[in-house]
Amino acid sequence: MTIASMADTYIARSKEIAARNLDGEMMIMSAVDSTFFTLNPVATLIWQAADGKTPLADIVAQRVCAEFEVEPAVARQDAEQFVAELSQHGILLVSDRPIDPESTSMEKP
Amino acid sequence: MTSFDQQVGLHEICVDIGDTPILLRTSDPRFRELIAERYIGFVSNPGPAESTFDIDLLPRPHFPLEGDESVELEPNENDDDVPLIVKHEHGQWRLQRGDFHAQWDSATREGRIVQAPTPYAIDTLLRIVHSLIQADRGGFLLHGASAIRNGKAFLFSGISGAGKTTISRLAPHDTTVLTDEISYVRFHGGSYRACGTPFAGELARVGENAQAPIEHLFFLAKGPENRIESIRPSDALRMLLRNILFFADDSTLVEAVFRSACQFLERVPVSRLTFYPDVHVWDLIG
Repeated sequence: MTIASMADTYIARSKEIAARNLDGEMMIMSAVDSTFFTLNPVATLIWQAADGKTPLADIVAQRVCAEFEVEPAVARQDAEQFVAELSQHGILLVSDRPIDPESTSMEKP
Repeated sequence: MTSFDQQVGLHEICVDIGDTPILLRTSDPRFRELIAERYIGFVSNPGPAESTFDIDLLPRPHFPLEGDESVELEPNENDDDVPLIVKHEHGQWRLQRGDFHAQWDSATREGRIVQAPTPYAIDTLLRIVHSLIQADRGGFLLHGASAIRNGKAFLFSGISGAGKTTISRLAPHDTTVLTDEISYVRFHGGSYRACGTPFAGELARVGENAQAPIEHLFFLAKGPENRIESIRPSDALRMLLRNILFFADDSTLVEAVFRSACQFLERVPVSRLTFYPDVHVWDLIG
């Protein structure tokens, strides 16, 4: 994924996960391979905004850069790495077009 | 038991762990006695059971596993390196190791196992079935020791060598040791209870068949002094999941266990207990 392509990148949460916000920390476990992740606040924000409809570039520009003191270039790079890692484990779905909500999951209560 | 069962000589025995009785039926009276001795203290009169298993004994059973379907039991099994399959197929659980093959219908709660006339296969079967039953109920089996003192249960979890048997041996005389190996955690009436199990570790004796509300979970580490430290929730969850008995190739089960672990941490205090192996460590515990 390149910075230029982020405008055409959409991310959504997989159904094959279990997630819980425990004492302010978002924890995610892949139901496929049991990989366990603890998300930092920025990653949590991206995770929560991964609705399949909002381009990743907009999530970074309008949410991450607005809520955290971070340079846009750094935020984009971090977001790319985060999305790449979680998508490798099937936790985030990535597409160059909006993702059907029926094929995604929402955070469990 | 029906009159027909009696005619063909089926021998029943009910093993009741965690208020979850499992009825075992065998045609071999000697094997029934072997089970009765192994699970002494956890045997009840045959009656309404949570599940029933028919046991077929073979002198030397051998169930080879396909190379691509060998699944290691999570790090909590006695036979750490023995491949084991636990799969949910066509509405039934299939459990298979080299020395046994079992099927269990979680809806009808009926099952069958083909195994050697030793207690090892049935021991593994019971751990797995209890794990599956509790997964639906918010409970779990945990690689850890547990004990009751002053009406409260304390859990001590950790990998092999962390001190589970040591902390059990150091328990004061007024303590009831529930297990030094596999703790049984039930979610009942909105709270968690620890129940005794017959699954023994190096202590080599079955736990007491007793239960109490869980007061605290400690993750064990040996050190030069006794101290209790807090643990970040994310670390606690990671450590708890690492020590719960479950089988990672079933997504529904993984989700259930994750949910149970999170719920447990929201209700039970968790700390790291570093201890020097002498009796004073119990002064810190309670």
